[in-house]
Amino acid sequence: MTRGLIALAVLILMGLLKLPVERDLAALHRQEHFRGVEFNLDLREQLGQLGFMAALSGFRAIVADGLFIQAHAAWEDTQWGRMLLLFRQITTLQPRVLLFWDTAAWHMAWNASVAAMNDTKQPRQALRVKAQREYFAIGKEFLERGIKNNPDRPELYEALARLYKEKYKDHERSAEYYAKAATLPGAAPWDRRFSAYELSSCEGREREAYDRLRSLYDEGEKERLPTLIKRLKLLEDKLAIPQDQRIP
Amino acid sequence: MTDSQTASTLQPFNGSTTPERHRAFSLSRILAITSTTLTELTRLKVFYVLLVFGLLLIGSSIFMAQFSFQQEFQILKDVSLGAISMFTSLLAIVATSRMLPRDIEDRTVYTILAKPVPRFEYVVGKIAGVLLLLAISTLIMVAAFLAVLYMREQAVLQVTAKQMASAPPDQLADALRAVRASAINVNLAPGIIIIFLKACLLTALTLFVSTFATSTIFTIVVMVFIYFIGHLEATAREYWLTVHGGGLVTRVCLAIVALLFPDLQAFNLVDDIVAGTAISIAVFTKTALLGIFYTVIYTLLAVFVFYGKEL
Repeated sequence: MTRGLIALAVLILMGLLKLPVERDLAALHRQEHFRGVEFNLDLREQLGQLGFMAALSGFRAIVADGLFIQAHAAWEDTQWGRMLLLFRQITTLQPRVLLFWDTAAWHMAWNASVAAMNDTKQPRQALRVKAQREYFAIGKEFLERGIKNNPDRPELYEALARLYKEKYKDHERSAEYYAKAATLPGAAPWDRRFSAYELSSCEGREREAYDRLRSLYDEGEKERLPTLIKRLKLLEDKLAIPQDQRIP
Repeated sequence: MTDSQTASTLQPFNGSTTPERHRAFSLSRILAITSTTLTELTRLKVFYVLLVFGLLLIGSSIFMAQFSFQQEFQILKDVSLGAISMFTSLLAIVATSRMLPRDIEDRTVYTILAKPVPRFEYVVGKIAGVLLLLAISTLIMVAAFLAVLYMREQAVLQVTAKQMASAPPDQLADALRAVRASAINVNLAPGIIIIFLKACLLTALTLFVSTFATSTIFTIVVMVFIYFIGHLEATAREYWLTVHGGGLVTRVCLAIVALLFPDLQAFNLVDDIVAGTAISIAVFTKTALLGIFYTVIYTLLAVFVFYGKEL
C-alpha cells in the first residue's frame, strides 16, 4: 500500500516535470507540421464514432486511406455527393497529404463539373451551368484549404493556378499562383515561365509580361522554348518594340 | 562408490577459504533471464498469430487498389507502417501483461527468486526479453515492408519506362526519378524508430501495471484504456493549462489525465512523414528521448512496486 502511494507520488512528480517538456515538444511538432489534426467535436461529427476512435488510436492514415478507396469506388459509380463528403473527411484526417487535396479538387472541378454540365436529368441549361460553377468553387475551396495547411509546398499553388486558367479563364489569378509556386523550394522549373505566359494573356499587363518573358529569354538556351519565343514575338508586335531590341 | 573412493573425492575442510562472493549486480544473470524470457515468448502462439497478421496486412497492401503510382505508394506505406505500429503495440501489451502473472501462477518466479537473484535483475531481465522480441518482430515487419515497396517500385519503374520509351531521355529520367522519390525514402527510418520506442514505452507501462494487477485480463483492459487516454493526453493537457473555464471536477479530471498519462500522440509522426513532412534532428532526438525517459521511469517504478509485492 505504502509503495503504491509512493509510486503514485512519483508519477505525479514526474507528471509535473514532463508537462513543460511535452508542451515544448508539441509546439515543436506543430511548428514542423506534425500533429496537423486537432481531436475535437468537429472531427468527431465528421468522422463518426468508429472513424474517430481509429483516428484517436493513432491510425488516422489508415482510416484516411480506407475512405480514399471508398471515394475511388464512389467515383466509379459517379456518386459526386458521396465523394465530396468522403474527401472532406479524408483531407480533415490527413491535411499534410497534398495528393488528397489535389485529387479532391480535380474530381470536383474537372470530373463532377463536367458531369453536372452533361446531366441529362436536368433540362434547364442555366441550372446545369450553376451546378458546374458550384463544383468549380468546391474544387477551388479544396485547394485553398490545402494551401492553408501546406503553405510551404508549391504543388497546390500550381494546381490552383491551373484551375484558374482552365476553369475560370482568370489568367491574372493563374499568373499570380504560378508566381507564388515559383518562389517556394521544390517548385517546378516551368512555374516562372507559366506565370509569364498567363500574364501575357491579361489585358493591360502586356508590358510586365514582356519584361518577364524577355528576362527568361535572356537567361539562355534552356529557357528559349518555342512557346516562349512565340509569345515574346506576339508581345513585341503588340507593344511595338523597336526592331533593334527584338529577339532574332 | 566405496568408502575409500568417496573419501578420495572429498576435499579437506579449510576454514581460511571464503565462498565466492555474491555480486549485487550481474549482467550475466540478467542476460540469462532475458534469453529465457525471449525463448518463452517465441514459443507463444499469440506471437506468431500477431506476426503473421502483421505480415499479411503488409503483403496485402500491394493488392488493395490500383491507383496512380503516387497514390499507390502512399496507401502502401500508410497501411504497412500502420500495421507495424498496431502489431508492435499489441505485442508489447499482450506479451508483457501475461509475463508476471504467468510466472507467479507457474511458480517459476519462486524458483528464480529463491536463488541469489535480486528482484531488480529479474524485472530488468524480463523487460529486456520483451524488448528484444519487439526489436526482432519490428525488423521482420520492416524487412517485409521494404521488400513489398521495392517490388512495387520496380514494377512501376518498368511500366513507366515502357510508357515513355519514345520520350526524350531527360523526360524519362525525370519520370523515373519521381517514381523513386515517391517510393523508398530515408525519412521513413526515424519514423520506424519512433514506432519502436512507442512500443518500448507501452511495454514498460504494461509491466508497471502488471506489478499490482491481479490478472492478465485486468492488465490488458487497463492498458487498452491507457492507450486511448494517452492519445488524448495532449488535448486534455492543453485544455487544462490554457482554457480557464469548466467546473472543478472537469479540471481535476483533466489534471489527472495530463499528469499521470504519457502523451502517446507525440509518437505518431509516421503519418506525416509518409505525407512528405521532413523530420528534423531536433524533433527526432526530443521525441526519442521522451520515449526513453518514459520507458526508464516506468521500468524503475515496476521494479519499486515489485520489491514490495508479497509472493
